[in-house]
Amino acid sequence: MDTYSKRKDFLNAFFILIGIIFVLRMFGIQVISSEYKQYATRNILRPEVIYPARGLVYDRNGKLLVQNKAAYDLMVTPREVKSFDTLEMCDILDITKEELIEEMKKARSYSPYKPSPVVKQISPETYAPLQEKLYKYPGFYVQTRTLREYPRGLAGHVLGYVSEVTQKNIDANSYYKSGDYIGSQGLEESYEEYLRGRKGINHFLVDVHNRKKGSYNEGKMDTSAILGKNLIATLDADLQEYAEMLLQNKKGSVVAIEPSTGEVLVCASAPSYDPNILVGRGRGALYSKLSSDTLNPLINRAISAFYSPGSTFKTINILVALQENAITPETCFHCSGKASSPIKCTHSHAPTVNAQIGIRESCNPYFWNVFRSTIGKYPNAEKGYNVWRNHVMSFGLGQKINHEMSGLAPGLIPESESYNKMYGKGRWNAMTIRSLAIGQGEVSVTPFQMANMVAVIANRGYYIEPHLVRSVQEDDNEYRRLEFVKKQSTIDQKHFRVLIDGMQSVVEETSSGAYNVLVDSITICGKTGTIQNPHGSDHSAFIAFAPKENPKIAISVYIENGVWGARYAAPIASLIIEKYLKGKIPPKHLAKEQRMRDANLLNSFQPK
Amino acid sequence: MAKRNNVLANLDWMTVSLYLLMMFLGWINIYAAVYNDEHQSILDFSQRYGKQAIWIVAAIIIAVGIVVIDSRVYVSFAYPIYALIILLLVSVLLFGTEIKGARSWFQVGSLALQPSEFAKLATALALSKYLSSFNFKIQSFKSLSIVALILLLPVILIFLQNDTGSAIVFFVFLLVLYREGMTGTVLFFGFLFAILFILTLVLSPLNTALILVFGAFVASLFVTRNYKESLRGLAIACLIYSLIWGTNFLLKLDIEGMNILLYSVIVSALLFSIYALRRRLKNLLLIIGFLIGSMLFILSVDYAFNTVLEKHQQSRINELLGIESNPLGAGYNVNQSKIAIGSGGFFGKGFLNGTQTKFDFVPEQSTDFIFCTVGEEWGFLGTTFVIGLFLLLFTRIIRLAEKQRTKFSRIYGYCVACILFFHFAVNIGMTIGLAPVIGIPLPFFSYGGSSLWAFTILLFIFLRLDASRFEQLGY
Repeated sequence: MDTYSKRKDFLNAFFILIGIIFVLRMFGIQVISSEYKQYATRNILRPEVIYPARGLVYDRNGKLLVQNKAAYDLMVTPREVKSFDTLEMCDILDITKEELIEEMKKARSYSPYKPSPVVKQISPETYAPLQEKLYKYPGFYVQTRTLREYPRGLAGHVLGYVSEVTQKNIDANSYYKSGDYIGSQGLEESYEEYLRGRKGINHFLVDVHNRKKGSYNEGKMDTSAILGKNLIATLDADLQEYAEMLLQNKKGSVVAIEPSTGEVLVCASAPSYDPNILVGRGRGALYSKLSSDTLNPLINRAISAFYSPGSTFKTINILVALQENAITPETCFHCSGKASSPIKCTHSHAPTVNAQIGIRESCNPYFWNVFRSTIGKYPNAEKGYNVWRNHVMSFGLGQKINHEMSGLAPGLIPESESYNKMYGKGRWNAMTIRSLAIGQGEVSVTPFQMANMVAVIANRGYYIEPHLVRSVQEDDNEYRRLEFVKKQSTIDQKHFRVLIDGMQSVVEETSSGAYNVLVDSITICGKTGTIQNPHGSDHSAFIAFAPKENPKIAISVYIENGVWGARYAAPIASLIIEKYLKGKIPPKHLAKEQRMRDANLLNSFQPK
Repeated sequence: MAKRNNVLANLDWMTVSLYLLMMFLGWINIYAAVYNDEHQSILDFSQRYGKQAIWIVAAIIIAVGIVVIDSRVYVSFAYPIYALIILLLVSVLLFGTEIKGARSWFQVGSLALQPSEFAKLATALALSKYLSSFNFKIQSFKSLSIVALILLLPVILIFLQNDTGSAIVFFVFLLVLYREGMTGTVLFFGFLFAILFILTLVLSPLNTALILVFGAFVASLFVTRNYKESLRGLAIACLIYSLIWGTNFLLKLDIEGMNILLYSVIVSALLFSIYALRRRLKNLLLIIGFLIGSMLFILSVDYAFNTVLEKHQQSRINELLGIESNPLGAGYNVNQSKIAIGSGGFFGKGFLNGTQTKFDFVPEQSTDFIFCTVGEEWGFLGTTFVIGLFLLLFTRIIRLAEKQRTKFSRIYGYCVACILFFHFAVNIGMTIGLAPVIGIPLPFFSYGGSSLWAFTILLFIFLRLDASRFEQLGY
């Protein structure tokens, strides 16, 4: 025993103290804190996304409008890259060495352990030689993605396109992660949830080098991908193709609807583009080229262009007047021809005009008289106008009548309040707003709405919400027909007879009008329109339906700078009707077809 | 022959059992840490667990050999063994193989030997021999210088090998010296300086200095026990401080805040020393001296840290003290190690079910970070059990050491306990973020032949000495 033996207690105490500190710390990080357990799971889990193929789109006859094709993303895991022949790789991929270096730098700064894309959406043609050489490039691998393909290059405006999600998409919907694809515009956008299917996720265990070590928790957390659902569109691909062909080198649109169902047969807008070019690697550059084009090929004129309806609007005005008992079919007004005031008549015909002659001759004086009678039935113009407006809107004008197309414009049928603001309350009357009688003035409509308006006339009083998709595939892969609302107009069925007879005589009897619309054995009812255009030649418009009894097709055609209604819009409409109802164009109309197809109206000024 | 039999009978079988149990636990944890499906046999000698099995068998043979040899051999050969090791340390510097930046290995075929592991036990022997010699006086300057020489010689050589971790271990001999009568003041000041060091880095020099000044004021209050006088003193100190600060401000001398404080402390300290001398207040003088010393220490820590230490050493210390946090940089090892241990929970994930260690998230998982596998697969129960085993071993060795009848055996016993303790404290401490990352193994657990054999020899020499404590009466 020595004098310092008590110091053994100090040392023992010190050792035990450190031990206790360790045990407490262990208790803290192992038992109390849950943070380390979360980190641990995050460390070893790599969720791998499985992208399902997007749904296909068929036309009404089962012809493919949109399908998928394989594309390949070249991925790189920077940590695993060893030196390789960069020149050869650039050669295969057709990129410059600088681009490759730039992409590699980006990938490295994202993560040295996780894969990121070097070159996206490589075509199968490039993929074949790349696949052969891939063994020479450790750290690189190819991921298969699907891209959209449009076998006939049709209806780009209606179908829309697929693009990579933006930050806005990601913020709005947590389903999307960076690098996902999403439908933009058209049906791709509105039926996104059907078309995209559902991504699947496989959870893999990975080691520190991000190498797979098996599935996590025996795959209990994995979800399998669900294929995108197919759509059957209402479009008739052949007719759409025909309409697009006729519209080439023009600005304008064709919309055709099956009146009994509201199914849109044709929705064509020109100038157009081949949707196939908005797919794959060149997309970005071509998109900006299209969007800076002064002819605005990306705009779907059929649903978003605002036009004055012009004389085609006279059809509604006569119906409203009949419904309001402001006139009878026999009521006559006097026309002084070019001497008429305040609106002169542009056609020459007998001076006494009743309803049928008014429509046939598109007689302006007749129609402002009709309009004045309608409004004049009410104690003041505002009240009368509101009744008129209510009738007009029941044809689907001044509102959105379709919920599938995001770019759809509502058009405009102004509220009476706008006129109060313009002229002062009580300081305007029917004659102040007489332009409305002939479809000019403040009203504006889209070609899509005009086609629907014709459908109401063809149906003698109602329309089914016009739509572009007939059926969608359900989870059991059966197709379910979508249901659409039937909307009744405010006009009684009996009033339509006079108008329809008039429209028939527009096609069959008028001397200066739509003489070249006649189609053998089909009774077409139509109305021309010439829309005043201060910026160039007037626009040419034509609305029609056929056959007269039990109509199969209602159509509106707008040709910008087409000079007058019967010059381009009417022949184009008749060709489409004939093509649809008869299946082909007879030889005697081939010359007309060629004339229409070859006309170039891209210049805003056309000779009269 | 009777004596030989006595050796086995007198051997402390409890310590031997602890030793065998720890080696076994270490082995199965190494198996779990490097386990993969291709090599499932625990005796696959191409894998670390297979090799460790060989090291363990060899260690047991060595242990038997050490027990067989007469205990007096270790006493008499203490200095030659020490000399041999010093020679090895010098030659490894000249002819050694460099592994991971440290030139501390002899490569013999596939076997790599690390002399610095054996330097600890050789130094323990030499130190015990010298401290137990008759001409050793703990208060004598000459004796202490020789002790310092014995300790510093291997430390310097190992530092030169760039194996800082192993070198730092030798400071634990201060605990042995304390047990043998070295004044506790050395430990106390060492402790104080460590606290000052940490405070300086964590709080910035200026704040630490302010705390010190405040502490000195409180201390002087206790010493003089004169409330009024202390306040007056504080007022004077503040006055001096504002004078210097004002001069700096007016003349735009651009003196740093820290230096303003330093100057005012020095000036007021001078005034107070004169006052203390006149009043013969010895304690106050001490306080003042301590204050000035500390201020200079703070300055030197700041200087040393920023200029002497290398970047990776700085960041390891910063990481530990929570000044910097960079889970992907210097803190990666510790962070991953804490994740592995923390994810074990109370009961652990079960043998071979650890994901963090198996998938290589924890670096050095079979050597320095073997404790992570214990924590992940055996949970809080496992870690507590292992910590308990070590504490049992330390207290057992100290108890045995106190029973020794010769000074040599007792001192050597303390050396063994302290060396094992230091490895235990620093190794486990670093896996849970309580100690800086110094690459030293966990005794009997970590993979590696050199360290296992060195710890075995270290421990069994003591057990051999203990077994023959009754023979050595006359020594």
